Amino acid sequence: MSNAAITASPAAAKTGTKNRDLVIFAVLVAVGLVAPAVIYPVFLMKVLCFALFALAFNLLIGYVGLLSFGHAMFFGFAAYVSGYAVKAWGFSPELGILAGTACAAVLGLVTGLLAIRRQGIYFAMVTLALSQMVFFYCVQAKFTGGEDGIQAIPRRALFGLIDIKSDLAFYYLVLAIFCFGFLVIWRTIHSPFGQVLKAIRENEPRAISLGYRVDQYKLLAFVLSATLAGLAGATKALVFQLASLTDVTWQMSGEVVLMTLVGGMGTVFGPIVGAGIIITMQNYLAGFGEWVLVIQGFIFVIVVLAFRKGIVGEIQAWWTRRANKV
Amino acid sequence: MFELLGIPPQALFGQLLLGLINGAFYAMLSLGLAVIFGLLNVINFTHGAQYMMGAFAAWMLLEWVGVPYWGALIIVPVLIGATGILLEKLFLKRLYHLDHLYGLLLTFGLALIIEGLFRKQFGSSGLPYPNPLPGGTRLDFMFLPNYRAWVVVASLVLCFGTWFMIERTKLGSYLRAAVERPDLVQAFGINVPRMITLTYGFGVGLAALAGVLAAPIYNVNPVMGSNLIIIVFAVVVIGGMGSILGAIITGFALGIIEGLTKVFYPEASNTVIFIIMAIVLMVKPAGLFGTPK
Repeated sequence: MSNAAITASPAAAKTGTKNRDLVIFAVLVAVGLVAPAVIYPVFLMKVLCFALFALAFNLLIGYVGLLSFGHAMFFGFAAYVSGYAVKAWGFSPELGILAGTACAAVLGLVTGLLAIRRQGIYFAMVTLALSQMVFFYCVQAKFTGGEDGIQAIPRRALFGLIDIKSDLAFYYLVLAIFCFGFLVIWRTIHSPFGQVLKAIRENEPRAISLGYRVDQYKLLAFVLSATLAGLAGATKALVFQLASLTDVTWQMSGEVVLMTLVGGMGTVFGPIVGAGIIITMQNYLAGFGEWVLVIQGFIFVIVVLAFRKGIVGEIQAWWTRRANKV
Repeated sequence: MFELLGIPPQALFGQLLLGLINGAFYAMLSLGLAVIFGLLNVINFTHGAQYMMGAFAAWMLLEWVGVPYWGALIIVPVLIGATGILLEKLFLKRLYHLDHLYGLLLTFGLALIIEGLFRKQFGSSGLPYPNPLPGGTRLDFMFLPNYRAWVVVASLVLCFGTWFMIERTKLGSYLRAAVERPDLVQAFGINVPRMITLTYGFGVGLAALAGVLAAPIYNVNPVMGSNLIIIVFAVVVIGGMGSILGAIITGFALGIIEGLTKVFYPEASNTVIFIIMAIVLMVKPAGLFGTPK
């Protein structure tokens, strides 16, 4: 596979950038802690959920070179499960989110076993087809509530103790979940396991000849990505107190691809930036209906033709060029 | 008449015909995808949108200009094929040196734009297209509408015509050679970039033609393409894109299987193709007609 085009800048591998990333993350968290003072918390929670979703997706495309066009199945299915567990079974929020995430992990294991049998373009088609299958299942299954979805999911006290009914309180829970997800991914890509993933991305035959069981690595990465996408979806269901078909559609899979592409595939912060931009755009264009689709299409075309590295990728490249000059 | 496993033959053969019709569209679209992928190394996500554009172009020709169905059958593929050539010249050709995934992402974006514009203009409820061949034949076991019989025949002729052109003519041999070694074919004085452009135009034209054929059966609808393209992707994964004949056979066979599922186990009719895809991936990952690389 020739995935050189998707490669992150080599500078990212240098020591020092690791610490720089953590500093940036600390600043982001600090901003996140005070942000609700100026910005509507529900909007922030939406951005955080989608940012985590995009981060999970980016783990596959950016660090293993696998383009999944069906990540909405994990996001949306986990949303349904956590919504149902909380509403119908009376689970507490943390257990509901856990249930949704666990189901996404199992779904990721099953679909991952199938999808990793093909590479490149076929991988994208297989994941898209599998997610469409999950979509049809959700349309027909009783527990999803069909066209209505699962509505009015209650927000019970966290651990049975902490009241999270207000949006502000819930926001800090979402922020904590987001930080947890980010750190899991960050730890993964900087671990020996993550190095092997990058080796597979760069040159799969060589990784095989070095004795790595490539399929096992890919599968584990796929399950991890699916699990975190599920975590994002399960959280989102509790934020909006709603789980619906929208979250399982192929359009949703396309949206997370777009977020990651705009922010920068294979960059640590790209998906967060991308999610912020796309969600903000959707917020402002909510009244324009079909134009959202057209504009998203245009962004796809422009990014693919003109700046494939994405926003964060371009900044990194500019930074590296400047550093080399000095 | 006899009964088969408790299913009245009318229902059985009716669904079988419906399956055959669906299969005809799977075959035509996956054929176009395979031809385009062979030469361009691009999975044309816009294929569904171009099929939809074909159906709308036929509708517009009829409603706005008064061109009947049979005229549209000739004009629409040329027209939409030309827009395909434009897309290739403007966008796609800039991506050939990159990873295949960028071609997929670009054509996905184009599909969103096209679908969004049509939804904006025409809403998503669908427009009727009059049946150019009303009436039908009453057979022993079922009623065969003329137009549906025509679609099956036309799609078979189209598919095997394409197969013949690629596998049995001189032009086709150039094409197959260019798939293997574009640089060598270029060295022999054949204009490969032009061939690539025309191939894309041809594939898009084929999708548009399928759209015209589909217009009188399904309503003309902005989302008709995106609903179909995902199933066609699964068909392509099942068949493998290495063989033209394989794409045709897989398309028809899956349509028929889907039709039979509607009779015997309707709950699974939406998902049966994806389930077959999962089984094929387990048993023969390269696809039924594909060669493992």
